[in-house]
Amino acid sequence: MFLRNFLIDARYAQIAVLFTLIALGITVFNFDIPVWHAGGVLCAALIMQALCARLVHVPFDWRSPVITAASLTLLLRTDHPGWSLLAGGLAIASKFVLRVNGKHIFNPANFAIAALALGASGVWISPGQWGAAGWFAISLAALGLIVTGKAKRWDVSLMYLGSFAAILIGRALWYGDPLAIPFHQLQSGSLLIFAFFMISDPMTTPDARPARLIHAVLTAAVGAFIVFDFYRADGVILALILTAPLVPILDRFFPADRARWRASKEPQYA
Amino acid sequence: MRKVLKPLAATATAIALMWAAPHAAAFCGFYVAKANADLFNEASKVVMARDGNRTVITMVNDYQGDPTEFAMVIPTPVVLQESQINIGKKSTVDHLDAYTAPRLVEYHDPDPCREVEFLKRSRVQTAMAPAAPMAMADSAEGLGVTIEAEYTIGEYDIVILSATESDGLQTWLDREGYQVPPKARSVLASYIAQDMKFFVAKVNLEQQARLGGEFLRPIQLAFEHDRFMLPIRLGTVNAKDKQDLILYTLTRKGRVESTNYRTAKIPTDMDLPLFLKSDEEFGRFYKAMYAKTAEREGPSTILEYAWDMSWCDPCAADPLSQAQLRELGAFWIGRNGGASTGSASQIIAPQPRPGGQARDAFVTRLHVRYDAASFPEDLKFQETGDRQNFQGRYVMRNPFKGDLNCPAGADYARDLQNRFEREATQLASLTGWDVSEIRQKMRDAGQTPPTVPKIDKQPWWEELWNK
Repeated sequence: MFLRNFLIDARYAQIAVLFTLIALGITVFNFDIPVWHAGGVLCAALIMQALCARLVHVPFDWRSPVITAASLTLLLRTDHPGWSLLAGGLAIASKFVLRVNGKHIFNPANFAIAALALGASGVWISPGQWGAAGWFAISLAALGLIVTGKAKRWDVSLMYLGSFAAILIGRALWYGDPLAIPFHQLQSGSLLIFAFFMISDPMTTPDARPARLIHAVLTAAVGAFIVFDFYRADGVILALILTAPLVPILDRFFPADRARWRASKEPQYA
Repeated sequence: MRKVLKPLAATATAIALMWAAPHAAAFCGFYVAKANADLFNEASKVVMARDGNRTVITMVNDYQGDPTEFAMVIPTPVVLQESQINIGKKSTVDHLDAYTAPRLVEYHDPDPCREVEFLKRSRVQTAMAPAAPMAMADSAEGLGVTIEAEYTIGEYDIVILSATESDGLQTWLDREGYQVPPKARSVLASYIAQDMKFFVAKVNLEQQARLGGEFLRPIQLAFEHDRFMLPIRLGTVNAKDKQDLILYTLTRKGRVESTNYRTAKIPTDMDLPLFLKSDEEFGRFYKAMYAKTAEREGPSTILEYAWDMSWCDPCAADPLSQAQLRELGAFWIGRNGGASTGSASQIIAPQPRPGGQARDAFVTRLHVRYDAASFPEDLKFQETGDRQNFQGRYVMRNPFKGDLNCPAGADYARDLQNRFEREATQLASLTGWDVSEIRQKMRDAGQTPPTVPKIDKQPWWEELWNK
């Protein structure tokens, strides 16, 4: 039964990969992830999912809050458990509240990170934490997900990375910089995690492939603009918050079947 | 630490030990040596004080050569006015270096035979004692170079330039006697494209002679810009070997970290063999360990110290006074606030725990060993909300030398054998030194395990019923 679920629901593979990355981060890359942070976001995400599911009368599903919590554990850093709890809660709540046409607008973890990184002094992301070896590990994991068909929206991930790389390389050529600089900038673990676990979220990407590709290019351009003109290291993540509201508009111009984690006619709160 | 402060440190630590419960003593100890930046030849020292987008950079150079050959070219994000440039005191930067230096602390093992009794007695007290919080002209126009301003400040002749093309800038610099390597052109072009300005300085020999200065004092720049970065690319152009940079940041919220390179922590809280006790030996150890760490971690900035400036434990030097912090650019510290009128000498003793004068500054010390290949991009930073204290702290435990003729003494003697071996293997893995040489040096220094005394052990049931 579990194996069948694992094969039909891509979220199991995502959970496995995210937890492997957390374990690698702690053991090999010495990430400073306090137990209260990991526990805080997980508890808050699960409790908020349970509460909201009851309010809108849908069955409780543990998988997507676990994915959200794992993303927050990997990307977000806080100086107080209160912020961690707030991040977990805010992420899931956004999924139930901020909806258009039966689809949530923001990727839950992206929403929480952007809201808190802009508003709270005790919350930050550490884009430099992976280094080149970590980048390699995430690339392997991402490649694994694509090959096994568990990355449903790999088109978005690759289009995003391709356009971001093109912008960085173009910028280096314009400035006369050696190509070592854009290649170094692309070797960011946080960039890969964003590309494979956040912008590619099937629930918040446009339904049709052309729309998804347009959205990916736009998000890459806005991200590069924030990083290089506003000097914000978290620009890549903030960009998605700005481009996510365009998804309902893109969906109108490019209608297609809605993504579903599993065959079901219920509204998806995943 | 200066000799006069040693007794004070000892007294303060002793008081601390009395207040704190015995278990808390594990974090205190007697400071004995430090590894300051002078260990690393030609290390650049930069202090950056930053809050919001206001930044003050203090640059120290250990230039020892002919002053006529000294020149510096620094890209800056804005055109600096004369009032934005200042000459600082090297001694204040040296003080900050000493305060944040990796440190060696020393303990003396207690008599194991009496320890057991003491622990029994103190258990009740321990439960009750609250744990104490532990814890940086005209021809010019034809070349596309604009001289924005020229100043003579202290012993320096300073020119602020903007440029439209790198060839012209390079020609101008060459003509004016700034020896810029040809390979620097592409780097200069990149900074020009990014709309950066150039701060160039030479030594004004007359002024230097008049000031009677033997060394070149630090230059300080104050400006406002959203970019929190340190340009290192020009320096890597002609360098043959890797260079060392020690960056000290003073901020308000918390620790500073690089956003485009990993930040790794220096291995800390290790027990070291006794032969490393002298400043020289400890320095040798720290250099070897840093080299090994930098190699293992790859291109990263290595965190050596992160601490609230109000205190230290143990102190390698006194926390800086409010006046000293302002000197280093911490503009937010009140002009008249607290004891900012006081000088460094008024700080009485190392402050092993919170208390005394609070200072609204968090210091981060990052050590970077870089070259063009491993660090292609300038260092970019961000201030985080992390206020956890971190220090490079190394521990030397002097074994108890007296009579071990008791069951606890026998256990202690066996533990010592393991402990000495652990110290040797750990040192070998941290520094890459040969383990058998380490063992030999330990023996030469008299660090040999005592013979385990033969004690008839009391059967456990007798112990249980106290027979």
